[in-house]
Amino acid sequence: MLAGLSFDVAAGQALILRGPNGIGKTTLLRVLAGLQDPVAGTIDFPRDECAYASHADGIKSALTVQENLAFWADVYRNPVPATIWDQFDLASLRERFAGTLSAGQKRRVGLARLGVIGRKVLFLDEPTVSLDGFSVKLFSSFIRDVHLAAGGIAIIATHIDLGLDGAATLDLTPYAADKNSASSDSDEAFL
Amino acid sequence: MSLWEYANPKRFMGWTAPVLPWVFGVAALFLVTGLVWGFFFTPDDYRQGSTVKIIYLHVPAAFMAINTWIMMLVASLIWLVRRQHVSALAAKAAAPIGLTMTLIALLTGAIWGQPMWGTYWAWDPRLTSFLILFLFYLGYMALWAAIDDPDTAADLTSVLCIVGSVFAVLSRYAVKFWNQGLHQGTSVPLATGGRTVSDVFFVPLAISSVGFILLFIALVLLRTRTEIRRRRVRALHMRESRR
Amino acid sequence: MIALLRRDLRLATRAGGGFGLGLVFFLIVVVLVPFGVGPQTAILSQIASGILWVAALLAALLSLDRIFALDHEDGALALLATAPIPLEMVGVAKAVAHWLTTGLPLSIAAPVLGVLLQLQPSAYVFVAATLFLGTPALSMIGTFGAALTVGIRRGGLLLSLLVLPLYVPTLIFGAEAVRRGAQGLDAVTPLLMLAGITAGSFALLPFATAAVLRINLR
Repeated sequence: MLAGLSFDVAAGQALILRGPNGIGKTTLLRVLAGLQDPVAGTIDFPRDECAYASHADGIKSALTVQENLAFWADVYRNPVPATIWDQFDLASLRERFAGTLSAGQKRRVGLARLGVIGRKVLFLDEPTVSLDGFSVKLFSSFIRDVHLAAGGIAIIATHIDLGLDGAATLDLTPYAADKNSASSDSDEAFL
Repeated sequence: MSLWEYANPKRFMGWTAPVLPWVFGVAALFLVTGLVWGFFFTPDDYRQGSTVKIIYLHVPAAFMAINTWIMMLVASLIWLVRRQHVSALAAKAAAPIGLTMTLIALLTGAIWGQPMWGTYWAWDPRLTSFLILFLFYLGYMALWAAIDDPDTAADLTSVLCIVGSVFAVLSRYAVKFWNQGLHQGTSVPLATGGRTVSDVFFVPLAISSVGFILLFIALVLLRTRTEIRRRRVRALHMRESRR
Repeated sequence: MIALLRRDLRLATRAGGGFGLGLVFFLIVVVLVPFGVGPQTAILSQIASGILWVAALLAALLSLDRIFALDHEDGALALLATAPIPLEMVGVAKAVAHWLTTGLPLSIAAPVLGVLLQLQPSAYVFVAATLFLGTPALSMIGTFGAALTVGIRRGGLLLSLLVLPLYVPTLIFGAEAVRRGAQGLDAVTPLLMLAGITAGSFALLPFATAAVLRINLR
């Protein structure tokens, strides 16, 4: 997968991950989020300040937008911020059942979840899938003007230009592990 | 060098290769001696006639059915704690052997029971416990088969084995509770060593049991070697597909 | 954790197939049995408590694969795993939600359906009590099984195979308690064992469930 990777991100900064498909962007983000263990290496930041999101955003069709967001707000013990409705243009969709929304609208609800949970460090895997240009702008402005401005960090794997001017870019291509030594630690024991 | 070194897959293949034929050979020796002696050279029981001779198969098989599960439990714990691949594969390899031992115990129990109870099956606590154990083995093997990634499969089946062991013990107690009120001790008096069986039966029984244990060891070693080879093939495929 | 419980209950009542399905299945099994064994009161009355217990067990089994599968499919499970709720409590919340939508309604419905099976009058209270005590165990054990098979496609049948042997002690003690209690014999031992299995399941299985979920989320 990836080898020899090392980076720092300061508060208020965003890091864009780039690289060809299959290089391990998703795996890297999942390892950072704690869903998978790295083969080797250390991750140095407080675990309870981070959150993970991918296009599988867990929005339930049978619940309304309000109920979906309120659920996550309860789980993270935050109140739903009143600004979230305008931030993601969801004010008119508040009482609609998520199952009746279009794919793009549902994704906006999924991203609005990030504004609700109030975590400082966000690991985002292709967050703009299914979003139209207008929604991408909403998302970028949330990241830039709300999240980063408050001192948060965002590490985002994406193919598109999000308009985050101050963001550093990390191209993962040079860190691709050598193909010959690329067998998993587990398989190594048998070869 | 610690004992764990021998558990490395490559070293395991190395030391088991010369040892295996010997284990099979000695196992065959004990089995043949025990069974032939038991079947042909012991007197008939005055009450049960010659059917009692089936204990030379039934008792060791039942004993091994339980001990196989215990071995799988220990192997599962070693895998979870020390990530020793050979341990996980040995547990996987032992399961069908345990299943077969359980089946032999059930079938021989039924054959033994028929002349005595007039029926091929009775919900005797011991037999019922073995029936439940049979289901545990099936479930364990089915879970291994249902998962693609070998390490995930090893992890999940190990947890299943541990949780299953707790419930297996609980079931044993439950089944005894369930059946003691209805029969008055007509459950088959299964001999356990020298307690209810006189010496003339005991020695061939012991020899047969040792034969079963050795056979089990030989079969587990053999099947574990096969599992290791399977894993190796898979690792080679994975490496090929990455080029 | 309460938030998760509330969400799951809401989803169960709204998405259909949650609340009613288990009860309807229970009814169907109970109705089918007399067709299978014949209508004689004497026979039915003897097996009634056992049938109720087995039917309840099967009804509980029916909705087990939904426990984690839906959340796994839409990514909610991975999000819950990274949320501030301990994964162990997620398991408990799921088990409680399952019990509230399956075990509890069954415990209430069983005495009513007992009428159809010519259940002895003295057995009614024991049927309700044992189901009330024992179905939480079925839910927690089932939740563990569901966590094991969450990544397996069409894992429903495998789930049944894995969970049914684990259900045997609960079934034995539950049904025995009814049988003995109905005859006026001492039912304390099986009742205590039943309560013990429920308590033990909720004390220990959440850890196994969380471990298994983490493995499946890797």
